[in-house]
Amino acid sequence: MSTKKLAIIATKGTLDWGYPPFILASTAAALGYEVRIFFTFYGLQLLRKDLNHTLKVSALGNPGMPMPLPMPVLIQALPGMQSLMTVMMKKKMKDKGVATLEDLRSLCAEADVKMIGCQMTVELFDFSPSDFIPGIDMGGAATFFEFAGESDICLFM
Amino acid sequence: MPTFDKELDARGLNCPLPILRTKKALNELAPGQVLQIVATDSGAIKDFQAFAKQTGNELIASHELNGEFTFVLRKKAQ
Repeated sequence: MSTKKLAIIATKGTLDWGYPPFILASTAAALGYEVRIFFTFYGLQLLRKDLNHTLKVSALGNPGMPMPLPMPVLIQALPGMQSLMTVMMKKKMKDKGVATLEDLRSLCAEADVKMIGCQMTVELFDFSPSDFIPGIDMGGAATFFEFAGESDICLFM
Repeated sequence: MPTFDKELDARGLNCPLPILRTKKALNELAPGQVLQIVATDSGAIKDFQAFAKQTGNELIASHELNGEFTFVLRKKAQ
């Protein structure tokens, strides 16, 4: 049986949306898949060194987020609300035994998940290579298709 | 209950950590050896069945007692 391949494009850079690519990549690796994740646009934030302080979660524009009490959108827009939501989300995750994003990312790296940053986005947002964790590659759309074209599962997140 | 060579305490951990820790623990075992996992994640029942099916490691036993799930896996032969 040949090794199955999973290709993921991660495009979002919020605390909550950071989970799907790392959860699926680490689990697929545990199941024996060869996995690559291509991080583009805001997804590039998921490769930053200090995830704990860079990623936030916002209730704005996200009516699906469960709230402890009803909160009008204008209140959600007040200064400090985003930080408060982020602290609350992290606490909830910790209480429920959900791994931190940094832990999941480390587990991905340990399991040989290949992480590729989008070179164009790096230049677009004036990132420096020192902003990112070591061990990642940089590439473009063609680099992604080289692997994605042979993949069994290909996901855009 | 079958005997086991190694035990993994995955209580309090949520998806996908029990599976990831299990994979790690299996790496340290020889083929044919047995790993017992204790978890509290209620999604683990289906996940361990799926893990066994896809990786070829045999799920010898699986049961629940007071909200704790116990799984026994035999590492597949090479």
